[in-house]
Amino acid sequence: MSFDVAAVRGQFPILSEIIDGRPIHYLDNGASAQTPDAVLDAVRTYETTGRANVLRGVHRLAERATDAYENARADVARFLGVQPMEIVFTGGCTAAINLVAYSYGSLLKPGDRILLSELEHHSNIVPWQLLRARAGLEIDMIPVTTDGRIDLEKLPGLLTPRTRLISLAHVSNVTGAMIDVGAVVAAAKSVGAKVMLDGAQRAPHGPVDLPSLGIDFYVFAGHKAYGPNGIGVLWAKPDLLDAMPPFMGGGSMIGRVTFAETTWAPPPRRFEAGTPPIGPAIGLGAACKWMQALDWTGAHAHEMTMVQHLMDGLQKIDGARIFGPAGLQNRYPVVSFTLDGVHPHDVAQTLDSFGVAVRAGHHCAQPLMDRFDLDGTTRVSMAPYNDGSDIDALLTGVRRAAKTLR
Amino acid sequence: MSDQLYQDRIVALAKAKTGAGKLAAPTKSARRDNPLCGDRVTIDVRLDGQGRIEEIAHQVRGCLLCQASASALSSVAVGRDAAGIAAVRHDAERAIGREAGEAAEPFAAFAPVAAHKSRQECVLLPFEALKDALS
Ligand SMILES: Cc1ncc(COP(=O)(O)O)c(C=O)c1O
Repeated sequence: MSFDVAAVRGQFPILSEIIDGRPIHYLDNGASAQTPDAVLDAVRTYETTGRANVLRGVHRLAERATDAYENARADVARFLGVQPMEIVFTGGCTAAINLVAYSYGSLLKPGDRILLSELEHHSNIVPWQLLRARAGLEIDMIPVTTDGRIDLEKLPGLLTPRTRLISLAHVSNVTGAMIDVGAVVAAAKSVGAKVMLDGAQRAPHGPVDLPSLGIDFYVFAGHKAYGPNGIGVLWAKPDLLDAMPPFMGGGSMIGRVTFAETTWAPPPRRFEAGTPPIGPAIGLGAACKWMQALDWTGAHAHEMTMVQHLMDGLQKIDGARIFGPAGLQNRYPVVSFTLDGVHPHDVAQTLDSFGVAVRAGHHCAQPLMDRFDLDGTTRVSMAPYNDGSDIDALLTGVRRAAKTLR
Repeated sequence: MSDQLYQDRIVALAKAKTGAGKLAAPTKSARRDNPLCGDRVTIDVRLDGQGRIEEIAHQVRGCLLCQASASALSSVAVGRDAAGIAAVRHDAERAIGREAGEAAEPFAAFAPVAAHKSRQECVLLPFEALKDALS
């Protein structure tokens, strides 16, 4: 059975917008994906039939709000194959990583080591640098291969008995490469290190079975996974969450407060101080449910067909070079390229005039750009609602840029 | 329509690469980065005793707008001091719609950038670098 792209597109109202007389070819999903009716409806239902604070009121609206919030937690948990009480709602993916760096980080000792990779998003680098400055930790870095993958052959040589955590992108936001999780987990076990995956670019491409991965922490962002802004997810193994102190203090995260001493609520509440982003959490629950219902075998095949179409098209353009894996194995539909003699921003600007939205620049991965001495790349990041016409429009724009700007 | 941004005159300025390169013995040089987009401009100047530019060279790692602006700026910089360069900057600001008034050549070429707020810093970055080099 073939994948029905039109049926998926039909669920995303924004995709029928016309701007300056042109349809939108939205290929910047890696920055923020679009959101389907199912998510908009869930948020609207909360706002119009159940809006109240959660966990605090006894009145009916508060009960509706609390139920919807906790059901959203359950939907996210199902999407990740874990238990609801292991899901912490955060303000975003960056917020989730900072939570781990601060809270789990506070359990680490001076001289302990964190292992990252050269292709990490700044949000999986800077929180660790802050921790390093605070707590005297060391950061090690796994280099990247010339085809834009984390070079796991270098991994064993970088592990030490003091390596406490390996934190890596599940899928690169620049090259689309997916990491070999099994290899990382096996290596981590050999020194007793924990493993965290930044799932920001993986979660938008279907359910993830976390228990089978054998990792310890997982984070992702709602807005890249067809959900609202201002919401993200941290999953951690229950024993880790239990051991971790709060990140922020306030209401909802306490057991009992006196001025002499305050006890903490159990997870996940311990990490959700104050009024949480209730509507966004409900929207993300709906997004996870929506993703869960999609035919991902079909969607993935469709996405890879678009990747191939894009790579074939780029190969025919003089001076276009793909930065990242050349094949379709172990990758997701994020493709970066450069065009000799044309700056990525000029490529992206030209594409905009064809109605094509892409991202150009360093993609918050400056160490990776430095390593390959790149000014940046143009990044095409796809979702199941994209189709061949989006890629064709993009290729037309790239050809125009190649012809007129150099 | 926004595809009018890259009009022939801007592309021509960028391709002209007026002043592209380095000076062998600059009196001063300065580098400016735009952290948002990663554009980077380095400007070398040789100054006379009164602080007037005798020779200028620039290296741009950045977009076409930044290259075109560095090229335009280099084409009018010789003989000017810091105040003279500040005066020229008004032309660039006028061209991109940040100040009222007619922009003089060669900066009038940047008029299409007025409609692209996110790209205006690209035009101004070489001015920032040159200001640093002259201060
Ligand atoms: C791999 C990766 N990690 C983390 C983030 C940060 O996500 P957010 O800015 O939504 O917190 C992004 C977003 O660009 C990303 O692509």
